[in-house]
Amino acid sequence: MVTREELQKALEIRHTKEGQAKLTNAKVAIMGLGGLGSNIAMACARMGIGEMLLIDFDIVDITNIFRQNYRLEHIGRYKTECIKEEIAEINPYLKINLINTKIARENVLELLGDYKIICEAFDKGETKSEIIDEILSESEDKIIISGNGMAGIKSLNLIRTRKFGDRLYICGDLENGIETEGTLMSPRVSACAMHQANVVANLILSDGKVNL
Amino acid sequence: MKINGKIITATYKNIEELLTDNGYKTKYVAVECNGNIIPKNIYSEYVPGADDVIEVVTFVGGG
Repeated sequence: MVTREELQKALEIRHTKEGQAKLTNAKVAIMGLGGLGSNIAMACARMGIGEMLLIDFDIVDITNIFRQNYRLEHIGRYKTECIKEEIAEINPYLKINLINTKIARENVLELLGDYKIICEAFDKGETKSEIIDEILSESEDKIIISGNGMAGIKSLNLIRTRKFGDRLYICGDLENGIETEGTLMSPRVSACAMHQANVVANLILSDGKVNL
Repeated sequence: MKINGKIITATYKNIEELLTDNGYKTKYVAVECNGNIIPKNIYSEYVPGADDVIEVVTFVGGG
């Protein structure tokens, strides 16, 4: 069994000691553990982010396997529990908090508590719009990193990170949704998720400044 | 005013009207005006000015 110290030393080699201290002390919330959320969670785990809040009400379905970070043996189980197990295989020393509740305008701020870095990983455009509005209007210091537009197989070059207002980053191509493209596939979904995870890294390592 | 980079000479009595007239659906958007995001609960009150720079983003499905 790898010890906490061994893992920490290994993380420091690639992330620098100073950088890793910031990552280890950081907290990130992820709303939704689907194509975006499950992949963002794994990237954050690989970066050694010390504490995460993962929220999803759903169970793994066979159709999820092809772009979400789940395996066949997870079908039928809660996404929260499956991701927590996957993370433990990478770094069992991270603090992973789970909530199995459907997020709505009425409960989102209570669920998020004092988390400041929030990843939006919902699948419906209406939910993204509504929950982002609630969080930004009713909080003063929460920062949201949203995924918007990743369907189909158009160029990955269209997927970008943009800042909107002073507390919202939107990653994606902002256009290609499942409604018009009809397909949702691993490469573009994963690329969008990695854009979001990179914004998380920037916020933590550069004290709030993000390279766009 | 500018909406998503395009110069618009029309006037609108509020953000709701701006969105409807330009083909946007309120429940799917976020609106930024002069760098600040407008809360949805004031879309019917906020009057866009002639010099305002407005960005509208639509959230699509997938994720």
